[in-house]
Amino acid sequence: MATLRIKVRPFVSARPVWLAGLIVLGACLSYGQTVNSCLDCHSAQPGRLEVTPEKFSQDIHSQKGLTCTSCHGGDSSSYDPDQAMSRKAGWKGKVDRKQIPQLCGSCHSNPALMRQYNPSLRTDQLDQYHTSVHGKLLAAGDSKVAVCTDCHSVHDLRPPSDPRSTVNPVNVAKTCSRCHSDAAYMKQYGIPTDQFAKYNTSVHYDAMVVRGDLSAPTCTTCHGNHGAAPPGVDKVQNVCATCHAFQAQMYAKSTHAKAFQDASLPGCVVCHSNHAIHLPSDAMLGTGPSGVCMRCHTAGDHCDRARADILDNLTRLDASIKDADQSLRLAESAGMEVSAARLSQDQARDSLTKARVTIHTFQAALVNEDVQAGMKIADANLKAGQDAMVERNHRRIGLGICLIAIAMMLVGLWLYIKKLESK
Amino acid sequence: MISALIHWLDERLNLDGLIAPFKHKTVPTHRLSYWYFFGGITLFLFIIQVLTGILLLLYYRPGANEAFESVQYIVTRVQFGWLIRSVHAWSANLMIFTAFVHMFSVLFLKAYRKPRELTWVTGVVLLILVMGFGFSGYLLPWNTLAFFATKVGTEIAGQVPIIGKPMMIFLRGGEEVTGATLSRFFGFHVAVLPGLVTVLIAIHLFLVQRQGMSVPPKLDVKWTANPSERREMKFFPNFMLREMMAWYVAMGVLGALAAIFPWNLGVKADPFVSAPAGIKPEWYFMFMFQTLKVIPSKVWFVDGEVLGVLGCSLAGVLWLLLPFFESDPPARTKSWITGLSIFALVYVIGMSVYGYLAH
Repeated sequence: MATLRIKVRPFVSARPVWLAGLIVLGACLSYGQTVNSCLDCHSAQPGRLEVTPEKFSQDIHSQKGLTCTSCHGGDSSSYDPDQAMSRKAGWKGKVDRKQIPQLCGSCHSNPALMRQYNPSLRTDQLDQYHTSVHGKLLAAGDSKVAVCTDCHSVHDLRPPSDPRSTVNPVNVAKTCSRCHSDAAYMKQYGIPTDQFAKYNTSVHYDAMVVRGDLSAPTCTTCHGNHGAAPPGVDKVQNVCATCHAFQAQMYAKSTHAKAFQDASLPGCVVCHSNHAIHLPSDAMLGTGPSGVCMRCHTAGDHCDRARADILDNLTRLDASIKDADQSLRLAESAGMEVSAARLSQDQARDSLTKARVTIHTFQAALVNEDVQAGMKIADANLKAGQDAMVERNHRRIGLGICLIAIAMMLVGLWLYIKKLESK
Repeated sequence: MISALIHWLDERLNLDGLIAPFKHKTVPTHRLSYWYFFGGITLFLFIIQVLTGILLLLYYRPGANEAFESVQYIVTRVQFGWLIRSVHAWSANLMIFTAFVHMFSVLFLKAYRKPRELTWVTGVVLLILVMGFGFSGYLLPWNTLAFFATKVGTEIAGQVPIIGKPMMIFLRGGEEVTGATLSRFFGFHVAVLPGLVTVLIAIHLFLVQRQGMSVPPKLDVKWTANPSERREMKFFPNFMLREMMAWYVAMGVLGALAAIFPWNLGVKADPFVSAPAGIKPEWYFMFMFQTLKVIPSKVWFVDGEVLGVLGCSLAGVLWLLLPFFESDPPARTKSWITGLSIFALVYVIGMSVYGYLAH
């Protein structure tokens, strides 16, 4: 016991020294950490007032060195609420919705300032916003419309490239739908609220969300983002043409372009709809429920005959390609080498795709040219498959003859051996 | 006419003297005699390989940009090109199969024992070279499966400590499998390996002819005790005619396989795409490949793959020297070599089947 006491005593007598050391260590560790009284209090606030350090640390502004006071003013270094949130210290409190675009624009419309953080970022968002339906309504005193924070979120605002961002291409439609699918919220504007539901059934949604193609269109691709507005009935084709350039060229040459314009019909949307754009099929040229031509045209007229002609040609080419595919598959499964024909089937399919694009000229003769080019290839490939099967049969006949010859040789040898050994 | 020609040649070359040894040579006749045919069938398939290989050479062009197209040309445009290529590919596989059968029959019939140790050694080296033929020939059509199988195969060779990396670079002609690898493999396949194999076959056949056919030990004891029970046939023409029958059967099987299941050409190799799923080596490498796969990535402190490659190499060397581990005269050891042979056979078949089921 005495020995233990002797061993412990030096530590007891040195207590003031290591306590002082701990204080110095603590001071060293806390050096450089800035005080943010806003987050300390707001971490414990309920509901919308709650902003935790974890949440704010995700915000791109926080990561670039901005703090609460950058937008809200005040003195974040003080733990005295009266001092921290004093008007004298520039505290603005909760930013009024109508002031939000202007507040964001105070930095984002300043090219010299933005260049320090992201030189490639555009600085015309506020100007665009003023031209948008949202901006105009806000200026007219409607504070229900979307402002920057409604789409981009606040206090955890992430750049659009972040998959968790509310304005990442994959999430844009959902973000818009928060207001535009809310029938009660949108009631006073008298516009449909089924756009999101329809978009979710579209080929564009499939490309974007299911296949992960971020270049596929979402709401902002056609309506714009900061300058969001309907593209206008007579300009829809221009919007579609940004991606569907060939179809737009064909359509511009067609009789429909002028007719639709004269009748104030929204171009592409007439046949393809807008938000619920489904994968087009040849059935759109038919007379069944998916058919679109007969909505305007009369059965038996010149256009109906052209429609039937185009549909017939497309159907024939499609069937020819499928026949050739089947024939080549059969030959391949029999071990025949038909890879060259298999490869050229892609050219036949390209012709079919081209013909389906040429439909937008609504000229049967032009579509037929593409169809004939495809038919020529598909027919040649069908023949290649059939020839391969004939060749396979020839091989088997040849094999049979050879096997008979070999069998005869074997019998002959066996008999010869027997004869030889019987002596 | 023919007899006059033979007489003319005999006068100048003494044909009778040339074939006299064969006339005196005899082959033991017993219930296991048919195993003797597999060596001859392997030789026959090698001859087929040489002949079809020469024909393929008339049109084949080595090179990453031409190889696939030239083989495609052979099988689609050249008259009977499909048959020649298909026979070449099937015959290669059958040859390796019959070589394996021949090796295990030699083991089980104890034909490797003194004085035939060198015949065994040349035989095992021949089997390794024939597998080298298979490995190098597999790449020549330059299709996707072959490309990635070669990549994996040469990578495995690169795992050998110290010499592995230089060996891999030597085989590939660089760091990666490229057109340079194809040129090298072509060189190995049509020049280096045929030369080595021809010399070794000559030695192997010389040894077989010199030492005669072995008789299974139990039968040998019985025949020695009672010489009247000994059954033999003349090598020429009796055994030779039977061997010819075996060759005809092999030809029939080969023709049927080539005509009914033409060897698939696949898709041209693209070094820039990722390896397709289910890349696997040829069946005769499967047991080794699967062995490497089942070894854990780390065994104690040694890398599993390195351990596997070293293990396989060591097993190969021991296998080559197998006859020298048996005492003379064979005593207790004979049972363990039979046990080892059975184990090896079961292991090769089992691992191959497991490999295919696991893929």
